Amino acid sequence: MFEFLENLGKATRSNFAKLGRSTLFLGHTLSGISDVIPRPNLLIKQIYSVGVLSFLIITISGLFVGMVLGLQGFYTLSDFGAEESLGVMVAASLVRELGPVVSALLFAGRAGSALTAEIGLMKATEQLSGMEMMAVDPVKRIISPRFLAGFISTPLLAALFSAVGVIGGHLVGVGMLGVDDGAFWAQMQANIDFQQDIINGVIKSIVFGFVVSWIALFEGYDAIPTAEGVSRATTRTVVNSAFSILGLDFILTALMFGDM
Amino acid sequence: MQHSKTQDTLVGLFVATGIAALFYMALQISNLGSYSSDDTYTVIANFQNSGGLKIKSPVSIAGVRIGRVSSITLDKETHESVVEMQIESKYNNLPDDSGASIYTAGLLGEQYISIDPGPGISGDFLKNKSKIDNVSSAIILEEMIGKFMLNKAEGK
Repeated sequence: MFEFLENLGKATRSNFAKLGRSTLFLGHTLSGISDVIPRPNLLIKQIYSVGVLSFLIITISGLFVGMVLGLQGFYTLSDFGAEESLGVMVAASLVRELGPVVSALLFAGRAGSALTAEIGLMKATEQLSGMEMMAVDPVKRIISPRFLAGFISTPLLAALFSAVGVIGGHLVGVGMLGVDDGAFWAQMQANIDFQQDIINGVIKSIVFGFVVSWIALFEGYDAIPTAEGVSRATTRTVVNSAFSILGLDFILTALMFGDM
Repeated sequence: MQHSKTQDTLVGLFVATGIAALFYMALQISNLGSYSSDDTYTVIANFQNSGGLKIKSPVSIAGVRIGRVSSITLDKETHESVVEMQIESKYNNLPDDSGASIYTAGLLGEQYISIDPGPGISGDFLKNKSKIDNVSSAIILEEMIGKFMLNKAEGK
């Protein structure tokens, strides 16, 4: 019984300590961003590895998600003779939910895990302590550019995902299943509100980008510097990112669309 | 710090495509393309029952959208629903004896306000803060079915 209480206490303490470390880490990272601005080369290199290399997986997934939405939506909507609403259904589900959420999940898997492994390995091979020895702040030099790159890339990737998804839905709905082209776009434009839907979708993806970059970089920075520690940190990045994205998505949706 | 030109180009391309996708969503997918927030004037109508009318529901004449509902409040004295609508300024030639009715688009569709232009006997037009007197309320399907059932039962 005492052992149980002791373990519970230990777990609580270590979780709070980790939360505190990660908050301090975030503050340090954010304060380092001002040093990234005068050196855009650092940032461009990271946008390349985080954003450009995720481009293909995002566009292909977006296309297929849009196509599946078109197909499934058509079968259900045609029961009610409402095939014309296919455009609204595809666009609303992509712009509001699937675009930000799925692209953030893919981003966590594709780029987040790579970031954690990279930073964790740098720590394990003592590159980070080496930098400190040379009076270079590793957070400013290594972490901040990566954080900013993730923060910039996710909204762009989410926008790409949604746009390509709508085109995929159009390909299947109008091209294969014969929904009227005009009705598809007209219904979509009449029912998707710029402020309510698109801006909120972008806000969601910005929040997700922030959280995923933070988790990935912190897990790498906080990893136990062994091969096993880095592998565990990478797993934790993907798992924690997925939880945070889905949980935050619910909260954001409730806040944004709750009063409707 | 080695500086790779292809990398710069690819990053530029990526950012440009991302921003293009945002613009594409704004203009092609949302209502921003057909959005005209410029000049509007307010017209008020009191309905006995505004049914399922919502803020942003369309206001139309002959099926053409000319504005949107901007607020729905309750008049505390008459217990009527006060509906304010914003009508685009380019439609400034609506006779002041026009009527407003709440209709439903299709059987299950959303409700909208339809303005029926009046004969214009006085020659005046609806202006900002004008009130439409000739109104007909929303048709509530349950109410109609209830009345119909009652009539049937009584007629027997």
